[in-house]
Amino acid sequence: MLVPSLVAAAAMLFSAGTFSQEPIRVGAFLAVTGPAAFLGDPEQKTLELYVEKVNAAGGVLGRKLELFAYDSGGDAEKARAYVKRLIEQDRVDVIVGGSTTGETMAAVPLAEAAGVPFISLAGAVVIVEPVKKWVFKTPHTDRMACEKIFVDMRARGATKAALISGSGGFDKSMRAECLKVAPNHGVQIVADETYGAGDNDMTAQLAKIKSTPGVQAVLNAGFGQGPAIVTKNYRQLGIKMPLYQSHGVASKQYVKLSGDAAEGVRLPAAALLVAETLPANDPQKKVVTQYKKAYEERFKQEVSTFGGHAYDGLMLALEAIRRAGATDKSKVRDALEQTRGYVGTGGVVNMSAQDHMGLDLSAFRMLEVREGDWALAK
Amino acid sequence: MIAQTLLSGLTAGAIYALVALGFAIIYNASHVINFAQGEFVMIGGMAAASLVETGLPLPLSILLSVGIAVLVGLVLEKLAIEPARGASVVTLIIITIGASILLRGLAALVWDKKIHPLPAFSGDAPIAIGTATLLPQTLWVLGTTVVVVALLWWFFNRTLTGKAILAVSVNRLAAELMGISVRRVLAVSFGLSAALGALAGILIAPISFTSWDVGVMLGLKGFAAAILGGLGSGPGAIAGGLALGLIEALGAGYLSSAYKDVFAFVLLLSALVFLPNGLAGRRVAERV
Amino acid sequence: MALPLVLTNNYTYEIAILVGLNAIVCVGLNFLIGYAGQISLGHAGFYALGAYGSAVLSARYGVYPVISVPLAVGGVAMLAWLVGKPVLRLKGHYLAMATLGLGVIVSVVLANEDWLTGGPDGMTVPPLFITGEKAWYWAVGAVLLLTVWLAQNLIDSPRGRAWRALHGSEVAAAAVGIDAARHKLAAFVLSAAIAAFAGALTAHYAGFLTPSKASFLHSVELVTMVVFGGMGSTLGAVLGAAVLTTLPQLLTVFKEYEMALFGALLMLTMIFMPQGLVPTLEKLLAAAGRKAE
Repeated sequence: MLVPSLVAAAAMLFSAGTFSQEPIRVGAFLAVTGPAAFLGDPEQKTLELYVEKVNAAGGVLGRKLELFAYDSGGDAEKARAYVKRLIEQDRVDVIVGGSTTGETMAAVPLAEAAGVPFISLAGAVVIVEPVKKWVFKTPHTDRMACEKIFVDMRARGATKAALISGSGGFDKSMRAECLKVAPNHGVQIVADETYGAGDNDMTAQLAKIKSTPGVQAVLNAGFGQGPAIVTKNYRQLGIKMPLYQSHGVASKQYVKLSGDAAEGVRLPAAALLVAETLPANDPQKKVVTQYKKAYEERFKQEVSTFGGHAYDGLMLALEAIRRAGATDKSKVRDALEQTRGYVGTGGVVNMSAQDHMGLDLSAFRMLEVREGDWALAK
Repeated sequence: MIAQTLLSGLTAGAIYALVALGFAIIYNASHVINFAQGEFVMIGGMAAASLVETGLPLPLSILLSVGIAVLVGLVLEKLAIEPARGASVVTLIIITIGASILLRGLAALVWDKKIHPLPAFSGDAPIAIGTATLLPQTLWVLGTTVVVVALLWWFFNRTLTGKAILAVSVNRLAAELMGISVRRVLAVSFGLSAALGALAGILIAPISFTSWDVGVMLGLKGFAAAILGGLGSGPGAIAGGLALGLIEALGAGYLSSAYKDVFAFVLLLSALVFLPNGLAGRRVAERV
Repeated sequence: MALPLVLTNNYTYEIAILVGLNAIVCVGLNFLIGYAGQISLGHAGFYALGAYGSAVLSARYGVYPVISVPLAVGGVAMLAWLVGKPVLRLKGHYLAMATLGLGVIVSVVLANEDWLTGGPDGMTVPPLFITGEKAWYWAVGAVLLLTVWLAQNLIDSPRGRAWRALHGSEVAAAAVGIDAARHKLAAFVLSAAIAAFAGALTAHYAGFLTPSKASFLHSVELVTMVVFGGMGSTLGAVLGAAVLTTLPQLLTVFKEYEMALFGALLMLTMIFMPQGLVPTLEKLLAAAGRKAE
């Protein structure tokens, strides 16, 4: 009689001290390898790091987190197969992923059909416009980047701008958005050049732009190594007009690749890149400094805005689960939509039924390259 | 603008020529199309970039990187090509494709998936020539290619090893009967091609950077250049490479930059239709 | 066919369906590579054209998918016929390069004409009348069986024998009166049409399409499946498709080592089984059979 009750008591004590319930399953499909690897790699590292941290701090609602992350290689068909796997086989409660727009759009019908909250980490505005019930996103849209740049151009007195972009999905999408919204800000696009994905010389296109009458500023809507080559060619040709880049190259790598040529280049980016120089009363200061420190300490690598988007995605999901009090997918979805005043690395998030991204133009900061580092533009 | 376009076309053409030479040399010795040729370019550039980043001086990094690529080439020949000696053409193609996937996978593990620059050999200050501006690195690319081609000509026509390689490509059996070690010829060919590829990668890295997957497209274009020039012909490879680079640049500058890659292949297809053996290729005799 | 007993959820069904679709393309490609002895490093181009053809017709021009699929296939067949005539005069590596070039051209055009194709980010495709994983599984299975039946019948027909003669030696075949050009073209067009059909089906199944379907890497994947399974063997083509489609899914556990492992496996199997999987197994079984006597 004594032994069984002792064993029973021990078992109960033991289980009380551990997570005795079902873990919360977080699914992710990211472009960890392939051409979009510098998106997916920091995203995966961030998710792994913070799932670990959250578990160490006790999990969410007393439950452990379990991460299922797959490498889509940036390929939409592979992504589809993995999303199916996440939904059907791994039975995840929420999906945070989709490094590129292509992969995300391939996954959207699956998430919608299965009713699983899906927070995308990709940039194009088409992900949340028109609004889809189960799909959200954390990064700023390419349209917002265009608008931020045009506002800054006008502030510097430029009304005629030239556009140069590459042939990738990101480039094309942003170029289309910029052409659309330029008139709203009183900016006229007087030149529109393009280059190919693997091109190593854009001097021809830039020479054309330089000789366009009336041009006052240049916007490079690009991603990857193209913008760095454009920047170098820009200086090589001795062009003095202001050069703007996109948030797609908001990374130290771009500065490293462009070398001295990047001095004075401006682009819209998340406050994460200038975490140390933010004033103490900036609402984002605490979050970005803490994320930057944790990431750089663990991975010995420069922090990236893309990793920041993954952090925001994960935290938003967990916050919503906390507020919903359960992992019931409908409740979590509703809670996500009701997110207000969440301070992330990308900005302050206020979602609504019509806005599944929740950021406004103030979430973007205009940065400038000064002496090889990012600084807030005056 | 024409001067600028021609310059950029020549630069790209020189790189394609080096890669195409690599294809030609290996094909001549073994009748194998080495789809992993592009990866030698990648290894050269990435090794140099990472060595420089650890603090080694540029010239030493370059030498070591070429050495590493040569080593990889020799290992590839030993482990993958030799065991599969009698296999069909298509099988050999698949093996080299597997090798290129393996090398890329290893590159992503050994280094990383980021884009890396290489410091320009003699600085970034642009040189003005008339209406065009030129990067000093471009002069390095063109100059080195000329020197390399000259060295290869001397090697193939004046040294015993070089002549042995040519002998094997003309008639392997006869060469063996004359006492030429085909094994050695194969090894030297692979090593040489790897060195050429690596050099190309190192020369171009200061201009257009390098990364773990930079080899795929370059390999493809180099292959196209080799075919255009006539498979197995050294001078053909060089001509093919330069032609490809120039047509691409002219097409991108004057017609459509979005379709740059297409020009190269359209040119290739039309050329092949009229010249089924390439610009300088030999007619392949078919045994019944 | 007994697979449904093993397949537990939609994800595994999806893999099975993808295997089936790839197998259809491979059986068709096998006519060209295995039987007629030609090379095509650009077959993904035909596949993607079939897919985009049907997708664009149904998504942008409101054509019913049931009609847009055959229209797309017919269009691709005609294109293959037009393009094949000059291109098939080339031999060996030159032919490989020409087909490679064709594939790249298709891929670039699809990525650039975004007003029509949605560009590199892809486009959504309206569904076919078949709904649900299981229905698709049976549909694809049926098409695969049909294709295999076609293959078996062709092999023993005069056309099939002509192909095999071509594979052995074109000169010798011509000496016996076989019109090489006509038969090569037939193999080319047929395999292109089959690839286009599979492509269109995939587009409607997945509901989404990107230009990477036409990429050189995809063409290489298809050729690899055929050669890996065993050229000249229909069963080999199916098996090759099965193994190489499921392998990446299985290798995901190795995360960052996945690519290196895949390449290594590919190399090793081709080095030690240069004929491909099925012929090597057949030889082993035959040898074992002889030992037993």
